[in-house]
Order: sequence, then structure tokens, then C-alpha cells
Amino acid sequence: MTAETAVRRTDASQTTEAPPREWGHGLPAAGFLTPFLLLYLLFIIGPALYGLTMSFFNTSAVKPGLNSFAGFGNYAEALQSSDFWSSLWHTFWFTILTTPPLIVLALVFALLADRVGRGRWFFRLAFFVPYILPSAVVALIWMWIYTPGLGLIEAALTKIGPTSPNWLGDPGWAMPSLAMTTLWWTLGFNFVLYLAGLQEIPRELYEASAMDGAGPWQQIRSITVPLLGRTTTLVAVLQVIASLKVFDQMYIMTSGGPDFATRSILQYVYDSGFTNFRIGYASAVSMLFFLVVLAVSALWFTLVRRGEKEL
Amino acid sequence: MTVEARVKLFNRICAGVLIAFALLWLTPLLWALDTALKPNAETTRTTWAVQDPNVQAFARILRDTDIVRWFGSSLFIATLTALGTVLTASLAAFALSRMRFRYRTLVFWFVLAGIMIPSQVLIVPQFREMDSFNLLNTFWAVSLPQIPTAVAVFIFKQFFDGLPRELQEVARLDGAGYLRIYGRIIMPLARPAVAAVVIFAFVTSWNDLLWPLLVLSNPDIMTMPVGLATVQGSFGIRYADTMASALLGAVPLVAVFLLFQRNIVEGIAGSGLKG
Repeated sequence: MTAETAVRRTDASQTTEAPPREWGHGLPAAGFLTPFLLLYLLFIIGPALYGLTMSFFNTSAVKPGLNSFAGFGNYAEALQSSDFWSSLWHTFWFTILTTPPLIVLALVFALLADRVGRGRWFFRLAFFVPYILPSAVVALIWMWIYTPGLGLIEAALTKIGPTSPNWLGDPGWAMPSLAMTTLWWTLGFNFVLYLAGLQEIPRELYEASAMDGAGPWQQIRSITVPLLGRTTTLVAVLQVIASLKVFDQMYIMTSGGPDFATRSILQYVYDSGFTNFRIGYASAVSMLFFLVVLAVSALWFTLVRRGEKEL
Repeated sequence: MTVEARVKLFNRICAGVLIAFALLWLTPLLWALDTALKPNAETTRTTWAVQDPNVQAFARILRDTDIVRWFGSSLFIATLTALGTVLTASLAAFALSRMRFRYRTLVFWFVLAGIMIPSQVLIVPQFREMDSFNLLNTFWAVSLPQIPTAVAVFIFKQFFDGLPRELQEVARLDGAGYLRIYGRIIMPLARPAVAAVVIFAFVTSWNDLLWPLLVLSNPDIMTMPVGLATVQGSFGIRYADTMASALLGAVPLVAVFLLFQRNIVEGIAGSGLKG
């Protein structure tokens, strides 16, 4: 196709007798590509290859150079380390806790907002504003809300009856608390994606089904949700990847504690590389993390796609 | 009950539920504001009532912390990153969309591969790189790795591909070079794509914590999130001050959001960008 259009274009320019220049010339193209490619090679591809190399060496932050060759030693050590597996599990646990509510609630809120019609700016404001706040701001506000003895949630719960756990201080509750904060923080993003998806559904479908006597509930079940399949795929895949990359909430709110119960894999990389100065080992863990993200997104994408087809 | 009445009732219930949730979602921010308006001593009683509302806490934060400086750092870094991203990505996308050259498909896939690499995976080698360039504790260290954004190239290319080719043909007949076509014709038409990329690059850069935390250890040039994360422990039980600092940290981006609400929302909907 490329060659064909190129030929046709050359013909066109010849018939109009314009100077037959540029098409097929690499030099101007290289000029346009250079700024991006230079930075891309220097700060993305280069470091990626450098990181891969270091993962096979005993590179240390306190010594210059790569240090001695380690082969797969760093990888073997990580795979045998209980700290690696527990931080990987914490990352998965966080992903499991956050993904379903972030998809389902966003969908429900978007469906409701679509029905209500009026006052959309207000809902967008309420749900979306948290998403644009820096993690540090979110963390400060929620640490105050979770404060034992003084926090808002504890006060509300005490009024109704049940005793409140020590949200961030109890190893069992810390992760669900971080998940709840994250739900509040990032729901708006998925909400907006769903609102956009809803707008693409033709109104005539609703009118036609209403004439057939379908109630609102039936419409939602048999028209809206199935037609949102593509949006759900997008939301689900983006959400899983975003959840796997969690770092900020734990770093600020719990520092990975209590008793390392909330240390995520990225924080393990941070601790290994920048607290213990084991750069080679940290690089190996980064590479393993990269493989996990790739594998999980591929798997998840296939699963969601299949589910979408069955609908 | 008639069908119409049922639909009406259903919509009423929907509105009620949604408003309840929206208020629930606003509660943390309102609670933070409520706390910040109390004197520090009053915050130990968990109540919405404020006996003596005042902005002392905000004044103290502005006076006693470097928050204004962090604001300046963040603003400079985020602006530099956003401009750099738009310029480099749109130039590359222009070549990929509008010019013919050998290996074009190869270059495109090479760029696309970058979308797969989470930036967090690169922190260790990038840190060593910045160290060897002697760039640690500079704005460049924070900004440079954030500029080459594969997703931005992709968004611009998609947009440019949708523009009619005739525009360019006509300009070429008038003897315009590629740089003119890019600057005078394509970019002015690509305003929506530019807006989406600028806003996202800006917000992502502004909110980033992990990378600036690593490369900026000098308190003088810390960004807002790093500054807030660093000082959070030092307030102790002065909850009004803590909340005032959080809210002051939130103000710039909330303002950006209110100004560009439409662009932001359309940008997300169109591209599905996520940090």
C-alpha cells in the first residue's frame, strides 16, 4: 500500500508540475524524529538495557562500575527470597482489593449519572477531583481520617455501634485501608471513561426498546452493559496495570508497615537499591516485576476479551 | 403504576443514590477543610462544628514551610516536561504520519514498544545515569526522563492521521517546507491533541512522587509531593496545620482542573491515558 500511494503521489505532483522533492527522502524525516528518538534512547531504551545488564552483575551503589559478574545469581536470590514473594503478594493483594470495586462502582456511578442527566458537572467534580490530587495530599488527608481515637471514620462507626479497628496500624487492616483510600482517589478516572463510553450508545436503541415495553432495569441489563464491553476491557486492563504499580500510598501512609504488611514490590526495589545499595539485585527485581506486569496484563487482557465475546 | 410513572420514580431513586455517593466522595476534602479552619487544639474533638473558624493554619504553613518554593519547583518542572513532551512527540508523530521514509514502520514499532515499559522499572538505571551525568538535585534530572513519552507520540499520530491530506498538498504546491506545514497548518489544527497531551504531561509530572523523591534530596528544589511527603511527620499532632498543608498542595491542580475541565475529561475519554 505504501509503495502504491507513493507512486500515485509522485504522478500527481508531476502532473501539476510541482518540484518532485521530499517524498521518499529520509533526511527531513530524521530531523523531525531526532529530538524524540534521542531522548527516548538516552532515557528510556538506554536505561532499560543498562538495567538488564546490571541485573546480571553484583552492581553496588557505593562502588563505581558494574562490579563482578553474577550470572543469574540475583534472579535466583530474588526467587528464593521470602521478602520478594511477600512484597509480590502484597502487590497482588492490593490489586485484588482495588480492581473489582474500582470497575464496578465506576460503572454504577456512570450509569446513574447517565440516567440523571442533569447536574453532571457536579458529579464529575465530586468523583474526579480526587484523581488529580497528588498522592501526598491524598495520603495526608486519609492518614488524618484513619487516626486512632480522632479519625472521622472511627467517630462515625462509634455512633452506629461497632468498634473501629486501628486502620493503618493493624497488619490485617492496613492493606484494605490503603485500598479504600485508593478507591476514593482514582475512581474518577474510570468514571469518566465509562461516561464517555455511555455517550457512544445510540439513543434510538433505548427508544426502540422502550416501545417494546422494556423497563429501565431491563434496558441497563440488555443494552447498556453489553454495549459497554469495549470500555470495560479498557478500564479493566488499565486498572490492573495501575494497581500493580502501586508505591506512593504505602510509602507515605504506612512506609510498607506495619511489620512489612504493606510493602509493595516497587518499594522492595526501592529498599534493595537505595537503602541497601544493592543496585544489581534491585535491577533483577525490577526486571522480574516488568515480566509480571507483562504477563498479568496479557493474561488479564485475554480473559476480559473472552468474557466480552461471551456477552 | 403507569410505565412513565415507574420510569420517573426509578430516575428519582437513581438521582438520590448518586447524590448520596457524591456527597460521600466530597466528605474527605470537606473534613480536611473543616479541620484546617480549626485551631490546632480544637482538632482533638472529632466534630464538624468549628468554634472559632480562622485561616491561621494556612498562614502558618505559608510562613513556616517551603511550600511556596515547592510550588515553584513543581511548576517549573511540570511546565518544562509538558512543553518538551508536546514538542518532541508532535515532531516525531508528524514524521511518522506525514512523511515517507525507509524503516518508517520499524521506527513506529520501536516507539510503540516504549508504551509497554512502566517508568517505575527504570528508576534504578536512570538514577545511576543521572548520577554519572552529575545531574542529581537538578530540575533536569526530574524532567528529562519524563519528556520522551511513547503514548504522546501515539496520540499525536492518531490525530494527524485523521487530518485531510489535501491541506498539506496545497501548502506544498505553494512551496512550503515540512517545517512550515508542521508549524503553520498541522499544529494549529491539532489543538485538542495538544491540550490533552499538555494537561496529562503536566498533571503526571506534577503528581509524580517516586522519581523526584529519588533524585531531589536538596530541600531547596523539592517538588510539592516530595516536600509534603517529607515534612508530613514533623507536624505531629498539629492536625490543622497538616490539613492546611495538604489543601494548599491541592489548590494548584484543582485550579487547573476547574479551568480545563472539558479538555481533561475529553482527553481521558479519547485516549485512556493513565500514569
